[in-house]
Amino acid sequence: MSSPDTGVRGVVLAHGPMARAMVDAVRRIAGDKADALVPLSNDQKSPDGLKEELDRTLGDGSVVVFTDLQSGSCGMAALATCRDAGRRLVVCGVNLPMLLDFVFHRDLPLDELADRLVERGKASITRPAVRR
Amino acid sequence: MGIVLFRIDERLIHGQVVIGWGHELRPHRYVLVDDELAASDWEQDLYRLAVVDTEVEFVEVEAARARLQEWRDDSRRSIVLTRDVATMRRLGEGGLLAGEKVNLGGIHHGPGRTEVLRYLHLTAEDRADLTALAEDGAHVSARDLPDAPGVALASLLDD
Repeated sequence: MSSPDTGVRGVVLAHGPMARAMVDAVRRIAGDKADALVPLSNDQKSPDGLKEELDRTLGDGSVVVFTDLQSGSCGMAALATCRDAGRRLVVCGVNLPMLLDFVFHRDLPLDELADRLVERGKASITRPAVRR
Repeated sequence: MGIVLFRIDERLIHGQVVIGWGHELRPHRYVLVDDELAASDWEQDLYRLAVVDTEVEFVEVEAARARLQEWRDDSRRSIVLTRDVATMRRLGEGGLLAGEKVNLGGIHHGPGRTEVLRYLHLTAEDRADLTALAEDGAHVSARDLPDAPGVALASLLDD
């Protein structure tokens, strides 16, 4: 019998088809570890409708909400939904390296994990010097 | 400069407004006219976090009516937002928005709403309020983004 998953879960909340595409990309690279991520789109949803759906998706337990634009409807919904819950953290500016790091480090304490993800996400944005 | 956009958008500040309209109009300030929001400190914090490099004001409808001319005369550019049609109608009551262009942005599907455009769903009350707003002299049209074609109110209200 397998032990229950006690790791931090992740929700990717983004515009249009972006969240589903990002989780699909994680699955192609990291396989079933992508099961820890749930994609959610803002498509055709009112602000209240999006917050309600996000709240249902988050449930109990520790969770990181990854959003694209902090100033967008996804970022606003995430911040509003997570504001009073210590076990829910929001990370804005999601990218693929950040999500990949997440699925391999879900056992870390929530705050430590979120700080790590921000650092890893930023560090992955580079302009490599390629010899011409 | 003055007021560069009046917009009805249930999400108020979000990607289309900050990125789409914001890059086109370069506002110095967003004015969010909403009685509930003007009384909610934590919601105001969220909106201020969203646009760190632009001023955001939260104003009740009656106070906004009294300050419209101040914003029009200001050398800084303002975008004035309401989250529903009824609030914009109250803002413009008595002809205060006469001659102004009022932009209808996003209102999503919900109970009692019917789809008018992909991004616009109106109730019977919304339709009556839009008609009243136009009768008070405002030029109302729908357009989600600056480079999208505008749709005049008359064709929106055609059944």
